[in-house]
Amino acid sequence: MSSVDDRGLLVDLGEDRPQLPAQARIVSPIVPRASIAGRALVAVVAIMTFLASITTGGVLLVSESAAEWQSEVSSEITVQVRPKTGRDLERDIALVTEAMRAQSGIVEVRPFTKDESSKLLEPWLGSGLSFDELPVPRVIIARVQPGTSFDLNALRNRVTQVAPTASVDDHRAWIERMRSMTGATLFAGFGILLLVIAATIISVSFATRGAMAANRPIVEVLHFVGAGDRYIANHFLRHFLQLGLEGGVIGGGLAMLGFGFSESIANWFSGTPVGDQFAALLGTFSLRPLGYIAIALQAIVIAAVTGWAARRTLFATLASID
Amino acid sequence: MVRFENVGLRYGLGPEILRDLTFAIPAHSFQFLTGPSGAGKTSLLKLLFLSLRPTRGLVNLFGYDISLLSKEEIADLRKRIGIVLQDFRLLDHMTTYENVALPFRVMGRDESSYRKEVIDLLKWVGLGERMDALPPILSGGEKQRAAIARAVISRPQLLLADEPTGNVDPTLGRRLLRLFIELNRSGTAVIIATHDITLMDQYEARRLVLHQGRLHIYE
Repeated sequence: MSSVDDRGLLVDLGEDRPQLPAQARIVSPIVPRASIAGRALVAVVAIMTFLASITTGGVLLVSESAAEWQSEVSSEITVQVRPKTGRDLERDIALVTEAMRAQSGIVEVRPFTKDESSKLLEPWLGSGLSFDELPVPRVIIARVQPGTSFDLNALRNRVTQVAPTASVDDHRAWIERMRSMTGATLFAGFGILLLVIAATIISVSFATRGAMAANRPIVEVLHFVGAGDRYIANHFLRHFLQLGLEGGVIGGGLAMLGFGFSESIANWFSGTPVGDQFAALLGTFSLRPLGYIAIALQAIVIAAVTGWAARRTLFATLASID
Repeated sequence: MVRFENVGLRYGLGPEILRDLTFAIPAHSFQFLTGPSGAGKTSLLKLLFLSLRPTRGLVNLFGYDISLLSKEEIADLRKRIGIVLQDFRLLDHMTTYENVALPFRVMGRDESSYRKEVIDLLKWVGLGERMDALPPILSGGEKQRAAIARAVISRPQLLLADEPTGNVDPTLGRRLLRLFIELNRSGTAVIIATHDITLMDQYEARRLVLHQGRLHIYE
């Protein structure tokens, strides 16, 4: 049984059916928004973006920490004055300190006291010993103005002139070792990042092709009703870019939240022995704004890869229909 | 309106399945295309719909030599042709109304300009109460009618139908034939590919018979 409603539309009045007005409106998009293949594609993009973002963030953190260590250590000079029979150690220290202060390029000189020097040995010798009888060398730390070319030889000559038992160490050997270590770590990190990005591109491309293949009947119908390639491409590219961006925002957003959360955790523990050890080893664990921008750009690039793969598959489909 | 001259078609390196087809489809004409299974009826319809390119010969459609046309120009020409396929090809995520309105949507027309037309046609083919139903819940006959309605809604100059009455009862078959005849009277050239001799006997029309890749015409 049927009747006509106030808009002149035929309305189903079947006994067992609800009496709903006929809508007869265009509400469905050309490409269905929620399909199994579409949801799977969003999940793949989100997971791969998350992994790529974590890798990128990790590499940036290691690179920033390494740069921080190197700049800190390379701006420091240590002078060691050894005790020698017949020489007044305190006087040698005062002379060396004076000579260092007179050297251009040095911004801060701090001689360690006897107690401070002894404390440096405590981790190895224990705290119950008297260091008075031991010939403990004394240390003077100087900070060099960053960015200036410092004449280390002139300082070495000047210091050994006033105190022959003094030796100057600019940590060059240590820095070289650390530089090669961090270089190797960064190289490995970039290698892993490239592999993750390659895996992301490949997996996203294949997932997109799979999702596009599921939409082939729609492409064929649009083709049969006279839609041009451009019309079909516009709808599908928009759809797949949207799916790619959705996945990218989820994956990249979760990675950003992860980095923000670990930064908060590091802040909570700062000042505690564990936090300080951690910070000394791994740096501040805070990703700079540039890092967040890199992650966001990465998500956009992955969305673009999704669109590109969809475009390739779409035109291959259209070519096969023709 | 359509002119084939010595047209041949083969798939890949296989044998030629359509050979030396030379015929014309005048404007406003009505014809049945028939022949045994595998004779190449569907392939000939695809050639007429520009979904396939001939391997040899000349195809002239609406005054255009199709070998000289770009893809976009062919897509534009295809808007002047309606096609009903054996497997209906309705979009499952769209309602019957939306499926039938699809050709207008693809043309970029505003919905208010064709809404009444679509609803009237749906009522005419007996789908007035199924406008908001999705194809998966339609019966075979309902899908068939929706596919026909989609093919004729934009009043194409040429209508191609592949076994359009294959899934409907004789009464509805007659009604659908009437729809095609009405459409033909309003100016559309109609080609109906069918095995159904009863259907062909109901209307006096030109018959194109495909046999062993060759076309025989009975005026």
